[in-house]
Amino acid sequence: MMIPGTEAELAEAVAAAPGPLRIVGGGTRPVGRAIEGDLLSVAGLSGVVLYEPGALTLVVRAGTPLEEVERVLAGEGQRLAFEPMDHRGLLGRSGVPTIGGVVAGNVSGPRRVQAGACRDSLIGVRLVDGRGAVIRNGGRVMKNVTGYDLVKLMAGSRGTLGVLSEVAFKLLPVPESAASLTLHGADGARAFEAMTRAMKSPFEVSGAAWLPGAAEVHLRLEGFAGSVGYRAGRLTALLADLGEVTVETGAEAVARLWRSIRDVEALAGHAFVWRVSMAPGAMRAGLRADLDRTARFDCVVDWAGGLCWIGMTEAQAADYVPRYGAEDAISGAIRFHRDLQEEMADPELGGGHATLVKGPEPLRAAVPVFQPAPAPLAALARGLRAQFDPRGILNPGLMS
Amino acid sequence: MDMPVPKAAVIAKKDHVVARLAEVLGEGAVIHDPAETRAYECDALAAYRCPPMAVVLPGSTEQVSAVLRICHEEGVPVVPRGSGTSLAGGAMPTADCVILGVARLNRVLEVDYDNRIIRVEAGRTNLSVTGAVEAEGFFYAPDPSSQLACAIAGNIAMNSGGAHCLKYGVTTNNLLGITLVLMDGTVVEIGGAYLDAGGYDWLGVICGSEGQLGVVTEATLRILPKPEGARPVLMGFDSSEVAGACVADIIKAGVLPVAIEFMDRPCIRATEAFAGAGYPDCEALLIVEVEGSAAEIDEQLGLIKQIARRHDPVELRESGSEAESVAIWKGRKSAFGAMGQLGDYMCLDGTIPVSALPHVLRRIGEMSAEFGLGVANVFHAGDGNMHPLILFDANKPGDLERCEAFGAAILKLCVEVGGCLTGEHGVGIEKRDLMDVQFDAADLEAQMRVKDVFDPGWLLNPAKVFPLDASAGRRAG
Repeated sequence: MMIPGTEAELAEAVAAAPGPLRIVGGGTRPVGRAIEGDLLSVAGLSGVVLYEPGALTLVVRAGTPLEEVERVLAGEGQRLAFEPMDHRGLLGRSGVPTIGGVVAGNVSGPRRVQAGACRDSLIGVRLVDGRGAVIRNGGRVMKNVTGYDLVKLMAGSRGTLGVLSEVAFKLLPVPESAASLTLHGADGARAFEAMTRAMKSPFEVSGAAWLPGAAEVHLRLEGFAGSVGYRAGRLTALLADLGEVTVETGAEAVARLWRSIRDVEALAGHAFVWRVSMAPGAMRAGLRADLDRTARFDCVVDWAGGLCWIGMTEAQAADYVPRYGAEDAISGAIRFHRDLQEEMADPELGGGHATLVKGPEPLRAAVPVFQPAPAPLAALARGLRAQFDPRGILNPGLMS
Repeated sequence: MDMPVPKAAVIAKKDHVVARLAEVLGEGAVIHDPAETRAYECDALAAYRCPPMAVVLPGSTEQVSAVLRICHEEGVPVVPRGSGTSLAGGAMPTADCVILGVARLNRVLEVDYDNRIIRVEAGRTNLSVTGAVEAEGFFYAPDPSSQLACAIAGNIAMNSGGAHCLKYGVTTNNLLGITLVLMDGTVVEIGGAYLDAGGYDWLGVICGSEGQLGVVTEATLRILPKPEGARPVLMGFDSSEVAGACVADIIKAGVLPVAIEFMDRPCIRATEAFAGAGYPDCEALLIVEVEGSAAEIDEQLGLIKQIARRHDPVELRESGSEAESVAIWKGRKSAFGAMGQLGDYMCLDGTIPVSALPHVLRRIGEMSAEFGLGVANVFHAGDGNMHPLILFDANKPGDLERCEAFGAAILKLCVEVGGCLTGEHGVGIEKRDLMDVQFDAADLEAQMRVKDVFDPGWLLNPAKVFPLDASAGRRAG
């Protein structure tokens, strides 16, 4: 394994690589097809480069542990607005998540509905492309339209266009207080109704999730204490006809609840997990109805219905639609995966995408882990990779 | 401002190209009489002009695709145009180009309040997007100053911001999907009514690509419920440095205003003479606006005033009514018009780290004396996006050149302190040849390689964004 300690060493390592490279940060988010290649870790590129609390900006080396970033920011009462998920519990991993890994996966949490995704907070990158050249894009200011925005292109590109060496973020202050409302006894119809009403209200909900297992909808409010109290009262009244609403204001309890939603704790024990992003309305009317008819599964719904985590146990997968004659869990999961991605490609449903996040190697090797792109976009993606990585050595095949 | 030499071979076949375009669009949608193409000779960067070879005004995505396919086959450069309000020359033509105007593509295609999106054709104006949803209590957040006229297509091309983006983000943070036509006529659908598009972040790279990667014909935009209310506070200070420090303290305190606007004395005086908003005569003025219910606004403004008092303001005026709010905003909103009354001006758009504000303001003042040209500052202070306005006299020989040199010096200063050349207006032709101040060759090469993927022949808006010598080899083809 190569662990360069500087950006220059990283560039050298890439330039001199005789063949494919498998790029890792902390190795805690092994999503995508397994790839053959020499292990290249960016964990050696660590540390805060520049932190300006008064400007709400942070520049940090890509291998810096996420925990360290969060600790440094907490010291000044600030945070990453997009609330990155920790995949370790869900994927059964140990290790130290890095900030570069967060960016490479565009990993965002429940606050995405209000504060945007990782890519929205990312304002600058330094990276090493497949030729071993160091490239800068963006910077450390919040508003910047100077040249093309390769910053966003790097977010979520999973190391296939370049190896991140440094990332810059805009930050937000940690609000004075937070509260979480729970609507009890929420079936599908009530749950989507509650989340939609909340998001259409002016009460600045910073999290809207439905846990079907517990039949609970959770809505988070953050801000100054007086404001949170006021909005909690208004929201409670707004949802009163849908069922019993309770309000939690204990800081620890609110944080714990939203951490468990963020990290999809409810599905940690499931063998197979998918992540589905689509319009809340389509999720409510189309996908759920289709799935409920054909499959047994568990799920966690976040982003006010725009994000659905679907989990299957081995028994549930083996049981998937007897008409397919699935005799074991893997072949059931393969069938389910294909049906799910087909459904996403159906224009009637309004589009979206499904990604296999967790599953054993034979499953990941048998299916397109990421939603296949329409032909013109797939051609652009190949063109982009050929430009940024002409030798095809950066995580080859991971996203295709 | 240098522009590439128009290709004689393209101009020579004007009649043939015009005939082919008229065949797919109809005569009425193709403008080629030199007396009429003149209307498209410039955008809002009016110092530079050149009538195009022809102008087309397609009325559908299919027609845009047909136009691009023909121009691709004929090797004709295409310059896309929204409403022509670019301050950077983004829609500036060349004599051998076809201007592709999207103004006729202005319909609302779908409004979906439950999913909080609106789908529009890209020629629709920014303000009329909000106009389509405000009766239901929603709005579209990015609000560039030109929002009455500017098109969503141009907003996407330049990744436009506005006064309220401190809280709501710029165009790229509010764009969920597009229909994009590539130079060869291929139509691509990207994203949709959902939050994260799959695969690479195509929306991210196309937003802000200044019409160089494709022509956007439709857009799915995020709409937001209107806040219960909003109210500004106006504060005056006897130095720009103190005003800058106050901005940093407000941000650190955990308040998230929707806007923090800054004006300096020259700008205050000009707007007072023009609009009579009743601003105090002081060195620097801040307008800070917050949102929420009446009680929430009181709480936030209370905290902001408390912070402001620590900086000894010469004036602290909280709006108590809708009329007072309008009065506070009146001067700020008429600042550009007011400056126009004083003579010709060039508006810059560099962004700097907020911490560098006092230093940069001081240096701009010193440079104003060195170059012998007046300058006024009005800008979005919360995010460090400056708009120095350099005053000059277009009729005085040498003044424009001096103004350009002064502008370049300010932008270099912005980069020096860790900022960038442009925060929301775009590079266009205006800052094209300064790009190597901010980027080295490898950085620019990486960006040009993205254009190689989308437009291998470099026919789409080719003479923009990149220094002409850096892109020469690619444009020659």
